[in-house]
Amino acid sequence: MKRFLPWIILVIAAGSIAANWLSPKTAKDEFDFAKFGRIPVLVGGRVKPLDTVGRNSLLIIHGKQELRLEGGGQLSAIQWLTDVLFNASVADQYPVFVVQNAEVLGLFGWEQSDRKYFSFAEFTPFLKQIDEQGAQSDKLEGVQRSAYQSAILNLRNGLALYQRLKNSIQPEGAENFAAELQSFESSVPGAAKAAREFEMGENFDKAKLNDVAQLVQRYERLSEMAYVLAVPPTNPPGSAIPATANSDWHSVGDSLLHSVGAGEIHPIVTEYAIISDAYRTNDRSLFNEHLNQMTNSFAEEQPNAAKRASFEFLFNFLQPFSQAMALYVLAFLLACASWLGWSQALRRSAFYLLLLALAIHTFGLVSRMYLQERPPVTNLYSSAIFIGWGAVIVALILERIFRDGIGAACAGAIGFVTLIIAHHLAGSGDTLEMLQAVLDTNIWLATHVVAITTGYSAMFLAGMLAIIYVVRGVFTRSLTKQTADSLARMTYGVVCFATLFSFVGTVLGGIWADQSWGRFWGWDPKENGAVLIVLWCAIILHARWGGFIRQRGLMIMALFGNVVTSFSWFGVNMLGVGLHSYGFMQKAFPWLVGFMVSQFALMCMAAMPLERWRSFRTASASARGVRPQISPAPSTG
Amino acid sequence: MLRKLIDLMTSLKLTIVCLAAGMALIFAGTLAQVHLGIHEAQQRYFQSFFVWWPPEGRGLQIPIFPGGHLLGAVLLINLIAAHAKRFRWTWRKLGIHLTHAGLIIMLAGGLFTDLFAVESHMRLGRGDTKNYSEDMRGTELAVIDTSDNDLDQVTAIPDTVLRHNRLIDHSSLPFRIVVRNFYQNSRLKMLGQAGEGARPIANQGPGAMIAVEPAPRATGVDERDVPSAAVEILPKDGGSLGTWLVSDALGAPQTFSCGGRTWMITLRPARYYKPYSVTLQKFTHEKYAGTEIPKNFASKVTLIDPEKSVNRDVLIYMNHPLRYRGETFYQAGFQKDDSATILQVVHNPSFIAPYVACIIVAAGLLVQFGFHLVGFSRQRRSAIA
Repeated sequence: MKRFLPWIILVIAAGSIAANWLSPKTAKDEFDFAKFGRIPVLVGGRVKPLDTVGRNSLLIIHGKQELRLEGGGQLSAIQWLTDVLFNASVADQYPVFVVQNAEVLGLFGWEQSDRKYFSFAEFTPFLKQIDEQGAQSDKLEGVQRSAYQSAILNLRNGLALYQRLKNSIQPEGAENFAAELQSFESSVPGAAKAAREFEMGENFDKAKLNDVAQLVQRYERLSEMAYVLAVPPTNPPGSAIPATANSDWHSVGDSLLHSVGAGEIHPIVTEYAIISDAYRTNDRSLFNEHLNQMTNSFAEEQPNAAKRASFEFLFNFLQPFSQAMALYVLAFLLACASWLGWSQALRRSAFYLLLLALAIHTFGLVSRMYLQERPPVTNLYSSAIFIGWGAVIVALILERIFRDGIGAACAGAIGFVTLIIAHHLAGSGDTLEMLQAVLDTNIWLATHVVAITTGYSAMFLAGMLAIIYVVRGVFTRSLTKQTADSLARMTYGVVCFATLFSFVGTVLGGIWADQSWGRFWGWDPKENGAVLIVLWCAIILHARWGGFIRQRGLMIMALFGNVVTSFSWFGVNMLGVGLHSYGFMQKAFPWLVGFMVSQFALMCMAAMPLERWRSFRTASASARGVRPQISPAPSTG
Repeated sequence: MLRKLIDLMTSLKLTIVCLAAGMALIFAGTLAQVHLGIHEAQQRYFQSFFVWWPPEGRGLQIPIFPGGHLLGAVLLINLIAAHAKRFRWTWRKLGIHLTHAGLIIMLAGGLFTDLFAVESHMRLGRGDTKNYSEDMRGTELAVIDTSDNDLDQVTAIPDTVLRHNRLIDHSSLPFRIVVRNFYQNSRLKMLGQAGEGARPIANQGPGAMIAVEPAPRATGVDERDVPSAAVEILPKDGGSLGTWLVSDALGAPQTFSCGGRTWMITLRPARYYKPYSVTLQKFTHEKYAGTEIPKNFASKVTLIDPEKSVNRDVLIYMNHPLRYRGETFYQAGFQKDDSATILQVVHNPSFIAPYVACIIVAAGLLVQFGFHLVGFSRQRRSAIA
């Protein structure tokens, strides 16, 4: 039993993940949302599937990637988005907007209750008021806003996004859009003729001109409102290479205005109109039929965009980071349990689970790189993913060498925590956003940013080793001399690793700054944060080489390394100054402070006299006052 | 005594104390940026020998913490002294020697940069040609002799002189300049709008109708002080021509005659003249489709240097500066409506130091930790066997 336990656990875990991934086939007579979600569009400067647009918009507006309805039942992001795009009057009734701030509710004369989700229809009478209030707080910097001001601004932005979405494919409330377009297309030549006659001073058909003029106005509004650029560039006739420039995508409104000159409506617009009408009239076979046609036309005309969008849809669906997160927790618990009994079997189980989790984590990381065509770290979200990934790899190497469950526990804990952090950082929308001009350089993103984040990974890993040392030593009797020594050796090795990467990363950052801003060092907060880590590593190493600290000293310093690294990673961003500030993150502030306080508490605990350590108490009792052997500092060579 | 001093200067404890003090200083200096702005915090914490308390004020000031220059210098001496004393050549110490040699180069380079690097700006509208760049903070009082049709003779008096000297007497000028008032930062208002009791500080030119209010120093990264001063012109043959208001906020220079020649006077950002000129052909500001996120900024300029017979077009854009005759031009900014580009011009003779230092230190760390790793795995292997 014990021998097979690791394999059994691995198979169960892999099986349950695979079961999650087996997509339920859409029945023939249902709307094929899975196919609709794969349709590529351009939003935020990037081609992405409609599924991503739905998920990110719902995340911004609703805080979640799916929508629970009041009468029970649940809508996926793409189902919700389809309603918003095609059937706005229904979507207006969905309780999507989150408002928890009592002052904001008071603005509408509502009392705070258990309800925190409201529908667009409920806000309709107050839109002007919300817009004015939001505009006022928009003038302030993020740091200066009160809770009320942030909440009202969020609401305003959510409502604005929602209204733009509603007017992305068709004017909100259009009943029979396909017919409207047909009459538009057929009356354009007549109107053009009338316009020419008008210019020549001849008799002209005023009614014809007016009809079209009204529609043109309607489409101008549509083009101003559109959030989604749904119409792909048209391939120049006779050219074998598909047009690929992102700047050639247009919104439906734009494309319709262009068609006044071109004389014909873009086929994708027509398809969208038919699909939209079919959706409203609940004609599922027509919907699916034209969806197929649209998919085929994208696959022919825009093979690259279609492939990417399809892959991103798959990536969204697989949710690799959530799956990996669950596995990391499980592995952490197994590794901790291995210190209490059944150690080899549990330890190996944890190790195998971690390999599986790492594989899924790696798949997620590489998929993001493929989708964005960038090195792994481009924003705070991806830095969390990468820090976890790097730390897990180093921890697994430690586990492979030492085989005592410590590396496995660290891998599980850090993998889980960093992915949780990433999950909470994703709330602002697209995590694959386009990069500001100065960041638009793959060489520096691949070297400086990767080195710095690898340094963070190593610092957190060293801190995690120290946490295990302190917790096991103080609360359990499982910290034997041998374990303590190997923990110390691991920590020391990981700090060396951190020093190398933090130093190289920091200096590369300086060189990048020299290349793009003309100065090597500008005392920018993020730069200072990085150099704090380098200095702290240097202090740890010199203190150890000089014999000023031993085992416990090293652990206390590694714990403080956690504080320094978290300040550098998050703290400096909260100052709201400098070139690296990614926006103030009020929500993260209490968490950061809490983390730092917990590390200080652990440091105090580690500084307690050895008599209070459960592991050492027994050791010192048996050795009669002889302090537990603490390994001398290694020679500097 | 000397022995003790040598022991102290070469001790590892001093290294650790300096590094720890450096951390504290950087932490405090970073937090201070929130209120002081990057530039001011940098001056007080990092480019100083001591951090003073209270930071400003006429009375007693106490140094409460070593500043960046002092810590850097002590570390540098400590580093050099410790290695000079204990240096023994062995291959096993190669990593340590390399690392520290690299650090010496880096610290020395940093000090050198602090002392000798000059940063300035060049703002160019489309079609503009300039043969000078402007200091980002410093100003100068320019007195220009315009009587020669082909050549203007400029006498520039830096603001540091204006601030401390009441009387300026220069051999090239037929008059003396008395600085009546000097404001580091100020706001100008027309007398009518300035409220009761406001008085002009000048009696000549437009300054006679303008009130000057002192303002607190600018702290933002992109903000600039608006210095103003009242200067009286005293011809060397006696008498006074009156008092002029000069200010960075006043556009055109003001004119007066003295000694049979026509003079222009203006307070403007200090200029660094160059033996070549730069003309802006075109500035482009690209955004990602459907967003306001900037994708690229690029300035196409023509570089003309008669001395070296250079006349060519250059594209300066993000992460691709122009390096020419010891100076580097970077795309730094632009005017809001894209009508002008702002290039940062840096003269830094030691810019190569960090590049060299980085390679040496990284190699040193690799060698050092590589030794550790090899030794460690040998230990493991023998332990397992």
